[in-house]
Amino acid sequence: MGSSSCSCSVADEKLLKLQKIIEENRNKKGALIHVLHEAQTIYGYLPIEVQKVVAEGMGVPLAEVYGVVTFYAQFSLKPKGQYKISVCLGTACYVKGANLVLQKLDEELGISVGDCTNELRFSPESCRCIVACGLAPVITINEDVYGRLSPNDVPNILAKYKE
Amino acid sequence: MKMVNITIDGINMQVPEGTTILEAARQANIRIPTLCFLKDINEIGACRMCVVEVKGARALQAACVYPVAEGLEIKTNSDKVRRARKVTLELILSNHDRECLTCVRSNNCELQKLSKELNIRDIRYKGEQTEHDIDDLSLSIVRNNNKCILCRRCVSVCQNVQTVSVLETVNRGFNTKIGTAFDIPLANTPCVNCGQCIAVCPVGAIYEKSDIEKVWDAINDPDKYVVVQTAPAVRVSIGEAFGMPLGSRPTGKMVTALKMLGFDKVFDTDTAADLTIMEEGTELMHRIQNGGKLPLITSCCPGWIKFCEHNYPDFLDNLSTCKSPHEMFGAVLKTYYAKKMNIDPAKMVVVSIMPCTAKKFEAGRPELSAAGYPDVEYVLTTRELAQMIDEAGIDFVNLEDSTFDDPIGEASGAGVIFGATGGVMEAALRTVADILSGESLPVEKIEYTEVRGVEGIKEAQIEVGGKVIRACVAHGLGNAREVLDRIRAGEAEYDFIEIMACPGGCVNGGGQIIQPSEVRSWIDLIVERTKAIYAEDRSMPIRKSHENPYIKKLYDEYYGEPGSEKAHHDLHTTYQQRANYPLDN
Ligand code: SF4
Ligand code: SF4
Ligand code: SF4
Ligand code: FES
Ligand code: FES
Repeated sequence: MGSSSCSCSVADEKLLKLQKIIEENRNKKGALIHVLHEAQTIYGYLPIEVQKVVAEGMGVPLAEVYGVVTFYAQFSLKPKGQYKISVCLGTACYVKGANLVLQKLDEELGISVGDCTNELRFSPESCRCIVACGLAPVITINEDVYGRLSPNDVPNILAKYKE
Repeated sequence: MKMVNITIDGINMQVPEGTTILEAARQANIRIPTLCFLKDINEIGACRMCVVEVKGARALQAACVYPVAEGLEIKTNSDKVRRARKVTLELILSNHDRECLTCVRSNNCELQKLSKELNIRDIRYKGEQTEHDIDDLSLSIVRNNNKCILCRRCVSVCQNVQTVSVLETVNRGFNTKIGTAFDIPLANTPCVNCGQCIAVCPVGAIYEKSDIEKVWDAINDPDKYVVVQTAPAVRVSIGEAFGMPLGSRPTGKMVTALKMLGFDKVFDTDTAADLTIMEEGTELMHRIQNGGKLPLITSCCPGWIKFCEHNYPDFLDNLSTCKSPHEMFGAVLKTYYAKKMNIDPAKMVVVSIMPCTAKKFEAGRPELSAAGYPDVEYVLTTRELAQMIDEAGIDFVNLEDSTFDDPIGEASGAGVIFGATGGVMEAALRTVADILSGESLPVEKIEYTEVRGVEGIKEAQIEVGGKVIRACVAHGLGNAREVLDRIRAGEAEYDFIEIMACPGGCVNGGGQIIQPSEVRSWIDLIVERTKAIYAEDRSMPIRKSHENPYIKKLYDEYYGEPGSEKAHHDLHTTYQQRANYPLDN
């Protein structure tokens, strides 16, 4: 159960927590979204194992659970890394070569937008204008902002978060 | 019922309050184009193909879901309406794989027909097109989302009618598609292969896995002895493919066509249905007399069997161990018949023409191989047969009649009614009643009308030979689920239950000729085809399975008696619990 980095007892603890939430919401109308939200808080994301527990517990077909999860942007099928990297693809950044920065980032991490690196460190995402257009092109890593980037800056920036 | 006055295109009329604009217009002989609408199954107003002008309303309204009220004034063919419909259709077409020439539904496609009707000559929107992989791993069902127009009929039928619920609308916005959980191939889901999703799809986005080429190859292989059998329900639908009216039963023409296609022998599955009744009737009597597991539940529908294996494993012991009729027939052909005719069963190829897609999956079950080879090699749907007839250039409508081949040729009326809901039950009762009472009941006493009809769940207490049998008939898996849940909860008790996966039974199987919403929504296909089934029953000289002389001969020459060891080896099978998704173990 849960993400691969968990030890068994932690996994059981998470499962128990989820089951308790399901128990409390089982017969409530429209509670599915709430339960999924809680499940995501517990596990960080909603892999098939978790969705199956929810589906069986709530008495809802798995396909329906999956339909809800893929409909709402708030839910994620993939784990999120420790560092969320947002690459602004707003107009100003785009014009200044944000897509090249993004390309370099994908190359360096070996994954693409929406995925997460194996050791659960980085999750790159694209985003809309974050109103730092003067610094275009811009990326943020959690709270930190990096501006006036060229693709060559990317490896050095990532290195800071690899300790 | 309160009547209201409305005006449609200047025609004043009175209709019951709450009637949809679409239905009211129909009564005034005004056709409003629809696409997502399928009466009783999908009334969700999703596609906006059916828009009309309603006086006083700001936007155009979807006629299929808009209920009329007093004084409503409606325009169905104003310029505004016509333009709006065209734009809607062009947008749908702009993200549609428009290769009609090679599409399985060409000439029987609701989208194609609409494009013609609305005079689409150019698609002004050239947007991005989504590309989807085709899922063809199932032995029965192929899904090609590149053809899907997101009408959601398949989702509705799979969820609400069948309660199998493996199809769902997933993702959002431009990426919206019909899918399974985690895009797992249908073959690895609890899909029961009933094909009801195919029957409702307006386009070529879901269809059966075709075995036509393999059958042509077998026919053209001089080393092979290719035998074909046809299920009872096929004969009451096949004519529709050639423009014959609903409810026709061109049985003789169908047999002629099969002979022309080059099959070595053409047999009637109904004969095997008689055999099924002998075995199942005996099983029922044994279980009743010896305190065996009751209720006994019929096993001739492979859609239902898979549903049970996935969802009701606690009922597996209630299932009759009888193979389905066409599988029984395959087993008889490869054992008794092969021996008698001196044919090497290794060279025999059995093809079943079925109203059903679930039987394609069934034929692949390894346990169904009495003689060491699959009992049945290939299953073709009614549609695939029609396709082969077309391919061979046969003028079906003008064919002479011919009769099924001997020696396993003749069937009884009891074998025929298998095609309709309640039919297996009735056929079994005809035989069980005679055996228990020790006499041959007259014709007027053998029509058990209480188990006939389109009601989803039918119950009856039927006295046969001094015993009261508590019977229940359910068709459509949602109804089956209801019955089984009641039994689980201790709220109902029965001795004998007939379950068919498809609503209406096999006459409305997922392999039958597809009728568009425009027909299906207003004419009850099940009723029309069922009438033809019972007419065929009444036309048969023998109407009870145990009075079929061929069946008697089969037992005399080979199986001894129903339920014998040999019969068990060849004609019965086993079931297993199945995982719902790959991770369940
Ligand atoms: S074949 Fe039947 S069970 Fe399978 S997806 Fe279609 S409707 Fe659902
Ligand atoms: S697959 Fe067919 S029935 Fe299902 S949504 Fe697409 S077009 Fe409609
Ligand atoms: S009801 Fe008939 S057509 Fe439908 S799945 Fe069962 S056997 Fe096949
Ligand atoms: S466009 Fe990137 S910060 Fe505004
Ligand atoms: S919205 Fe009426 S037919 Fe689709």
